[in-house]
Amino acid sequence: MSAQPNHFAPLARLLHWLMALMIIAMLFIGAGMVASVSERHEWLIHLHKPLGVAILLLVIVRLFVRFSTQQPPLPADLPSWQALAAKASHVLLYVLMLVLPLLGWAMMSAAGDPVMISNSFQLPSILPANAQVFAFLRKAHGYLAYLLFLTVLLHLAAALFHGWVRRDDVLDSMLRGKDRG
Amino acid sequence: MVDRSSPPTRPPLSAASLTLRLTGIAVVVAALAGAFAYVNGTLDSQRLTPKALINVLEKNNGVHPGFRRNHAKGVCVIGHFESTAEARSYSSAQVFGEAQTPVVGRLALPPGNPYAPDSAVPIRSMALRFTQANGQQWRTGMNSMPVFPVGTPEAFYQLQQAQSPDPATGKPNPAAAPAFFGAHPESAPFLAWIKTAKPSASYATETYNSVNAFYLVNAAGQRQAVRWNMVPVAQDAAGATAPEGSDFLEKDLIQRLSAGPLRWQLMITLANPEDPVNDASKAWPSGRKVLNAGTLVLERTQPQLNGECRDINYDPLVLPSGIEGSDDPLLVARSAGYANSYLRRTSEVSQLPAAKQEAQQ
Repeated sequence: MSAQPNHFAPLARLLHWLMALMIIAMLFIGAGMVASVSERHEWLIHLHKPLGVAILLLVIVRLFVRFSTQQPPLPADLPSWQALAAKASHVLLYVLMLVLPLLGWAMMSAAGDPVMISNSFQLPSILPANAQVFAFLRKAHGYLAYLLFLTVLLHLAAALFHGWVRRDDVLDSMLRGKDRG
Repeated sequence: MVDRSSPPTRPPLSAASLTLRLTGIAVVVAALAGAFAYVNGTLDSQRLTPKALINVLEKNNGVHPGFRRNHAKGVCVIGHFESTAEARSYSSAQVFGEAQTPVVGRLALPPGNPYAPDSAVPIRSMALRFTQANGQQWRTGMNSMPVFPVGTPEAFYQLQQAQSPDPATGKPNPAAAPAFFGAHPESAPFLAWIKTAKPSASYATETYNSVNAFYLVNAAGQRQAVRWNMVPVAQDAAGATAPEGSDFLEKDLIQRLSAGPLRWQLMITLANPEDPVNDASKAWPSGRKVLNAGTLVLERTQPQLNGECRDINYDPLVLPSGIEGSDDPLLVARSAGYANSYLRRTSEVSQLPAAKQEAQQ
């Protein structure tokens, strides 16, 4: 077996940073559009739907990459509660990245709305129309999006803690591809 | 898990350096959280939000769980649309190309109180959902008034505030509405219309207007600004006024439909280049070219408490390819506000009177 890598695979790093930008943009777009009655509401919705489809496709690719490449190990001297928090928060991030676009799709279906991703591109409905199911899914979409935002903040704070305070290799393993000198 | 190598020697941070670094992390996280709180409106209390729009309607009308927050009293209607060829060169929407398109609609009274008497206001509304064979939908919410009282969502909100009950008296301040209209000269055409408007005795004799402007887009991508009206085919004798009683509209509709379907012509008015497309408070001058795009045929009613229209959000920006919204600011505000009202009422379906009766049986 090959030695444990010091860094994430290049494709994993590309997907991480690309999706980091898309997901943070998506969270701001979603929060902004439901709090606006101006023309912003409309153009944000027109961004939100295709971006959601793109994130759903990319997270599937990313899960394949995750399970087919080796991850650098956490530092051996990391307290066990921090190691556990790191693992749990990554599972949560993956679950939310996958579930939020599916909830968006499902809630539009349950509202009986045509799932129009652009003026002419339509996805099939994945649920029959049902008002109570819609209300549940719509609320779940909103609350879980806030949970994702909080998890992203925690992830960011932890990454900076590794880089600036612990000064270990964790932040570097996602930033750069080569070993530390 | 094995560490990759012995870690490089990391000299401990001084207390000052550690504090600085932790502060740096806190600043980055706080900046991102603060930007988010601005975007979601928490730190921007001046912004008109969909929530504020629906809250003021609830304040004025009371909360009636499960019902629409505006146009709360109505009846579902089922029928279809038969197209003519006239709109086909202007719009690629399938609804104008196919012979027939199924329709689920709703005829309603504008107030937010589902128990308002039918004579409460001289306005009636018609909402329609056309479901095209390709799965795309056209939803439209029309009103029997020719123009909207105001042109912007901010002015609409202020108009609602002017009609809000004063906490001291429980009634609207009688000076507030006149003061609002005095400050909003754009409402003059609406006020001139409503002065002579009388509550009609029937939904079937009304003309329903899109009020907002849209674009028809043809296969070549050419855009034509339009407004549309549903014009009743069979008119009563002129001057039929509302009978006594508070619930005559639905009974009248059921009675008329028992004698046969009711029909409206979909008349689409093409704007001239100088006509205002972004201001629903301004009528377009007469003499514009008008297309007769087809016939709406309504065949039967369903109660709104369990009919098909109950769970439809008649969002005017749910449009098929071939019809687009204009930059009329009220259109987006309607779309955003309806979404908020729809979430509230779909969360309350089990509190509707019909659901309660079923639960008791």
